[in-house]
Amino acid sequence: MNTIHEIVLSWGVFERMLAFVLLAPLVGGLLAGIDRKVSARFQGRYGPPVLQPFYDAFKLFQKEKIIVNKFQDFNIVLFLMFTIFSGALFFAGADLLLTIFSLALAGTFFVLGGFCVGSPYSHLGAEREIIQQVAYEPMIILVAIGMYQVTGSFKVAVIAQYQLPLILYLPGVFAGFLYILTIKFRKSPFDLSMSHHAHQEIVRGLTTEFSGSTLALIEIAHWYENVLLLGMVYLFFGFNPWLAVFVALATYLFEIFIDMNYARFKWQLTFGSSWLFTAVAGVSNIIVLSLMR
Amino acid sequence: MNVLIFLIVFPLVISLLALVLPRGFHIRKTIGTVANVVLCALPIYLLVTNLDQGPSYFRLESGFVDILIFLLEVLIAGYLIYLSVRAKRYLPVILVLIQMSIMIGFEFTYGHSIQVEHVLFMDKFSIIMALIVGIIGSAICLYGFGYMPEYHEHYPEVKDRRNYFGFLMYLFLSAMFGIIFSNNLLWLFFFWEVTTLCSFLLIGYRDDKASQDSAFRALNMNLIGGVVFAFGIVYLFVTTQTMELDKLLLLDQGAVLLPAVCFAFAGLAKSAQFPFSSWLTGAMVAPTPVSALLHSSTMVKAGVYLILRVSPVMDNTVAAQMLTLIGGVSFLVTALIAISQSNAKKVLAYSTISNLGLIVACAGVNTPAAVWSALLLIIFHAVAKSLLFLCVGIIEYKLGSRDIEDMDFLIMRLPKLTAVMMIGMAGMFLAPFGMIISKFVTLKAFVDGNPAMAIILAYGSAATIFFWTKWMGKIISIRHGEVEVVEHTVSTWEWITLGILAVATVAVCLAFPFISIHVIDPYIMELFNTAPVIDMFNVLVVFAIMFSLLIILPLGLLYYAFINKNYKRVGTYLGGGNVSNITFEGAMDATQPIQLKNYYLEKYFGEERLFYVGVFVSLTLIFIMFGVAAI
Repeated sequence: MNTIHEIVLSWGVFERMLAFVLLAPLVGGLLAGIDRKVSARFQGRYGPPVLQPFYDAFKLFQKEKIIVNKFQDFNIVLFLMFTIFSGALFFAGADLLLTIFSLALAGTFFVLGGFCVGSPYSHLGAEREIIQQVAYEPMIILVAIGMYQVTGSFKVAVIAQYQLPLILYLPGVFAGFLYILTIKFRKSPFDLSMSHHAHQEIVRGLTTEFSGSTLALIEIAHWYENVLLLGMVYLFFGFNPWLAVFVALATYLFEIFIDMNYARFKWQLTFGSSWLFTAVAGVSNIIVLSLMR
Repeated sequence: MNVLIFLIVFPLVISLLALVLPRGFHIRKTIGTVANVVLCALPIYLLVTNLDQGPSYFRLESGFVDILIFLLEVLIAGYLIYLSVRAKRYLPVILVLIQMSIMIGFEFTYGHSIQVEHVLFMDKFSIIMALIVGIIGSAICLYGFGYMPEYHEHYPEVKDRRNYFGFLMYLFLSAMFGIIFSNNLLWLFFFWEVTTLCSFLLIGYRDDKASQDSAFRALNMNLIGGVVFAFGIVYLFVTTQTMELDKLLLLDQGAVLLPAVCFAFAGLAKSAQFPFSSWLTGAMVAPTPVSALLHSSTMVKAGVYLILRVSPVMDNTVAAQMLTLIGGVSFLVTALIAISQSNAKKVLAYSTISNLGLIVACAGVNTPAAVWSALLLIIFHAVAKSLLFLCVGIIEYKLGSRDIEDMDFLIMRLPKLTAVMMIGMAGMFLAPFGMIISKFVTLKAFVDGNPAMAIILAYGSAATIFFWTKWMGKIISIRHGEVEVVEHTVSTWEWITLGILAVATVAVCLAFPFISIHVIDPYIMELFNTAPVIDMFNVLVVFAIMFSLLIILPLGLLYYAFINKNYKRVGTYLGGGNVSNITFEGAMDATQPIQLKNYYLEKYFGEERLFYVGVFVSLTLIFIMFGVAAI
């Protein structure tokens, strides 16, 4: 593991970006497969093979292209592109804030895709997607602020190599991040705009009018995004790469566990609780840090 | 120096021409166009010739002009009193009387002993402001040529006073140039009061009950600022015998803190920060060019200009912290209120107050990075906000409504305009455009010294995303079937202006490293002897995003519009049998139309709920600010 770490460190910016672009969908898809398997076991089912998400994606690409307007797919292409770009920035070791803003741009394209089709279900999904964005955005920015306060840099490269355990300085921020991570992973109780659970709905919110290859692109963008988010979890434990990878995976399993145990919240509760939790856990942490210095 | 004087006098001459030349006289528009070109060109000339120079100060034998200015001030006061009495409103009368008694008393007690060395001055900050006033201000006047005739067609009941309107617009620009080039505080104050007068008259242009109310509210609030401003000037002179802006900065902090706080207070009133915000939201009753002018290049920018000028005096004081918090409260609360508004102009107004709050907060923090981002915010906001106002002005005529809920399928009805508007909106909140770059820097500036502000910024940014994204979504939704295109009736004048501003929105982002290195950094160096270093890698990333958008967006749209044929097009899913594309067969055999509405979250972010929170919190902060300055 440490040798892997060293190899990654020896890479240049573009090599790391390329590695992310190529490897992230594999990791993300695999994680999605594990997710489905574990979820099934929780529910007493056997579950699909771990590689099922890849089979699904391949199959979706072969479907007929059915659309309601000519430009809807373009938004999704842009969404995927900028999600990949944000992740590549992150893994290249660039500025964490810039990564966050770039990810927000990607998210905006996704929302616009939902609005653009002009269907009531996807309109509602898009509205809810914005509410979700607004719910998690403050906390994500606070993560960057907290990491800056401890390490003195916004650079992912610097934060990742920080020798002291970040988690000890940022327990509140980490707790807050875990909370909104449930929104970002599109897990229950916060999967308002679209859900991964087929049994919960026939009409799938924001993605109602997207099918075939475009739906596959949405799925792939989601994989990229998940890897990026787990990368952010990694940063909290960057002092020990082994531990960091372990915690990142544990976090993912934890989110699945949460997903299994909660019924969906209303948007009011999602939004209000996210902002409150951000305030209680994140803000207090930030203030303590600023007083410590 | 001649250029500066020319920039102040020239719009004045044009305004007088606008007043006297009879309407319908074909030469009017020619003169206006030439004037606008000159107004754009001169600030650029100033920039180019002063690129490598520090600030310059100019002496002027101004005895005669001083007297003239004093007389004009009395005249304006008399005119305001006359108008107020005629409208049976007495608060402005009292305020004007207080202000004039301060100024007249001062003139007769100390007038002979005032020694002013440099009347005018110019540094990089003034040049930035001159560029904004010159280019954006005259672009808005250009738009007015196309807009005003239509305005009077739409509102036949409004008395056609187009000459008077043009007169006020150019007078406004003249006063703005006066503010940004004056070093003599008495001159600055005079031009300051002229902008108050102009905004009052322009807001009341329609001359009905609503616009009278709004006009007088704006007048009252700005007069309160003016009274405090006048008091600050007198106090400053009596205690330190100083009447010049540059000398003010060299004095001992303890001696000039109170006047500086007075000036900052006047700036808060002018830039519509809490508790004065209501005048700006009321100002939307005026014709669109007025709103665009007030919000982007004049008025509110004069307020933050003055605050940024005096904030170095307040450096590291409790008063400065209060100023920062007032900015922060205005930023956050108005961003939240904007979520609950469906009136397009009101959303824009609250967004203006919000962004200005950020600038005020930066001024209060007063570190190199904070001032740096404040200047960037001023530039980016001016361009994008004027563009958006002008777009909404056109939409209002074409759709007969300024309600966002009526802007469904706008991209089908006004395709080019929607494209322009998308650029403006993206400019307000999306990477890689200007505002988000500035916010990014602002956040970094806050984190070091002021984590509370960083937290406010985190929440405020989230709110900003909310109201812009849902508006964007509204206008780009597409419906099946034919929709009448109503765009062909937009006049050429308006298209030219929109074109200039849309290109400028993108161009200022591309030119931002240049602006930073050659214009902003030298100014920061003069102020702090150190300039913030931009991370070149980040700039590269921003450029990469910008260029990829500039290339991919048009290509992608072309591809999806004309080349891509490999699809099957179906109707939207309506949860039942589609009758047509917008109706479906619901329960009980009834045909139900579909309607798409946005969330406004009134219950959480309602105006009446949050507005007074902002007012009272900021009032408290203002009292503390004066309290600590007075001790």
